[in-house]
Amino acid sequence: MSVEPAVMASRSAVAQPVRQGGVRINDVVKIYGAKDTGLLAVDHCTFEVPPGEITVCVGPSGCGKTTLLNAIAGFHSITSGSIYLDDEMLCGPGKLKAQPGPDRIVVFQNGALFPWKTNIENVTFGPIMQGVMPRAEADDKARAMMADAGLRGIEHNYPGEISSGVRRRVEIVRALMNNPKILLLDEPYRALDSLTKSVMHEALLEIFYKNRVSIFFITHDLEEAIFLGHKVVIMTTRPCRPKKILDIDIPHPRDYSVLTTKRFREFMEETVAAVHEEAIKAFAAGEKER
Amino acid sequence: MTETSPVQVLTTEVPRAIAVDSGAGASLALAKYRLSLWLKSPRPYLMLIGFAGFLGFWYLSVEVWKLPRFSQMPGPTEVLHEWFSKDPTYGLSIFIPEYYMHIWVSTRRIAIAFFLATVIGVPFGLFLGWSERFKQFVFPVFEFLRPVPPLAWVPLAIVMFRGSETPVIFLTFLASFYATALNTMLGVESIDVSYVRAANCLGATRWQVFRHVIVPGAMPFIFTGLQISVGVAWFSLVAGEMVSGQYGLGYVINTSYTMVRYPTIIIGMATLGLVGYVTSAAVRLVGDYLMQWRTRELALGGDR
Repeated sequence: MSVEPAVMASRSAVAQPVRQGGVRINDVVKIYGAKDTGLLAVDHCTFEVPPGEITVCVGPSGCGKTTLLNAIAGFHSITSGSIYLDDEMLCGPGKLKAQPGPDRIVVFQNGALFPWKTNIENVTFGPIMQGVMPRAEADDKARAMMADAGLRGIEHNYPGEISSGVRRRVEIVRALMNNPKILLLDEPYRALDSLTKSVMHEALLEIFYKNRVSIFFITHDLEEAIFLGHKVVIMTTRPCRPKKILDIDIPHPRDYSVLTTKRFREFMEETVAAVHEEAIKAFAAGEKER
Repeated sequence: MTETSPVQVLTTEVPRAIAVDSGAGASLALAKYRLSLWLKSPRPYLMLIGFAGFLGFWYLSVEVWKLPRFSQMPGPTEVLHEWFSKDPTYGLSIFIPEYYMHIWVSTRRIAIAFFLATVIGVPFGLFLGWSERFKQFVFPVFEFLRPVPPLAWVPLAIVMFRGSETPVIFLTFLASFYATALNTMLGVESIDVSYVRAANCLGATRWQVFRHVIVPGAMPFIFTGLQISVGVAWFSLVAGEMVSGQYGLGYVINTSYTMVRYPTIIIGMATLGLVGYVTSAAVRLVGDYLMQWRTRELALGGDR
């Protein structure tokens, strides 16, 4: 088996950021329960998350996208196939469950800032647990990164004291503190209202342009997917596998004016039927189960 | 967008003193802030009206209407007179040192039993919630023993333990322990799996997850458990003191009954109510201090 080398970049060149954090999903199958009678959630799924880009996975709720994300993060095992991060095998034959680690950090659907720690304690949690930074250094770095993300003045508040939109940003800063290779975002803006959502999208892009960290983003919102993604993977309903993969050639940096452009509308027109078809199938399947 | 983010707007919503300070200063400020809110709200006055209504009903039914059901019952004036008398007819009032001896003995028993129930019950509950295997071994036995009321343990307690002190403490401990352990276990089980996963992503070891996620995450339930625990401790203490023991408020109530000192029964009951109220308030205060994240959240919730 030949392993493709990760995209090479010279570390000395400052202008050219190191492109890392590419994920390859090879023929992954996930069955919950017994192999012959269990629930087939992911069915021979193969696609790539290119390093230094935003890849968005769109599909109806419950289609198995989160299963895929959990397999990358190491929260549960796969049944067969393999997943690579750059040229390291996360899981595959002989090791069906990846080990969770700070090179791939998940931002959760409902947010998972620890409510019993202040915002800055949350942000410094990673480096302090791993023992890679003394507390004072971690505090300094956290303060700088929070200030950079427009989060000054809330360091010593608890997450319960700030709005959910701000909480999401703190959570992303908490992830970035660990210099992850890839961020895994599991419908992070699902619970937000559409106005806050639009602010969050631009904030996420801003963070991405600064850090160029690879992002794997899961959503059921097609507009969000096309607005954010370099690449959009439309998933079939359960069992989940790519139905259509699009390269969104709208140039970055993007802002909300993109939404009204002709090119954006064309992408929407091209994909909306495919997504709608899967949503109907998912709905019908839901009816049958009941 | 970096400078004029919505964050600044948000922090001004928090009462200033709470947002800026941290630690003990903040909790004091928070206590003051809450007290002033409380005094401005109708609650303290409604509470006074409630007590007045209760005492009024007692007074009317016993001393004015002389209802047949209440014919043996001492009225509030008689009880208050006895309670605050320098020379009480039945030998117990706030001027008699023995009165404080009874309170002290009961409180000491509660303190020992509650302490034991907490130091054993909390770790026990944490393990029940944390380890599926441990739970499978122990929980069925626990659930089998739990419905047995402390009173049913009285004979065994007297046979098992020497003296009059240890059986009472054992009985008091039992009910407290169940409440603490069960709530702690539920607390661990209530923790959102996302928090554990997030900690794993951030590189925490199993022990670090226990220390930084499981214990603080279960804390609200633990303190609910401790409040219930201190309540049921008084409950079973009095049961224990009525059966064995030479001092204590339960003993006072029981002997006053056999010696027909009815006002003293009421004094004992009212004292139990007061001391019990103080102990649960103390547990609540400690909880608020340890869980500032939660009290601040609640304080904010009340403001919005």
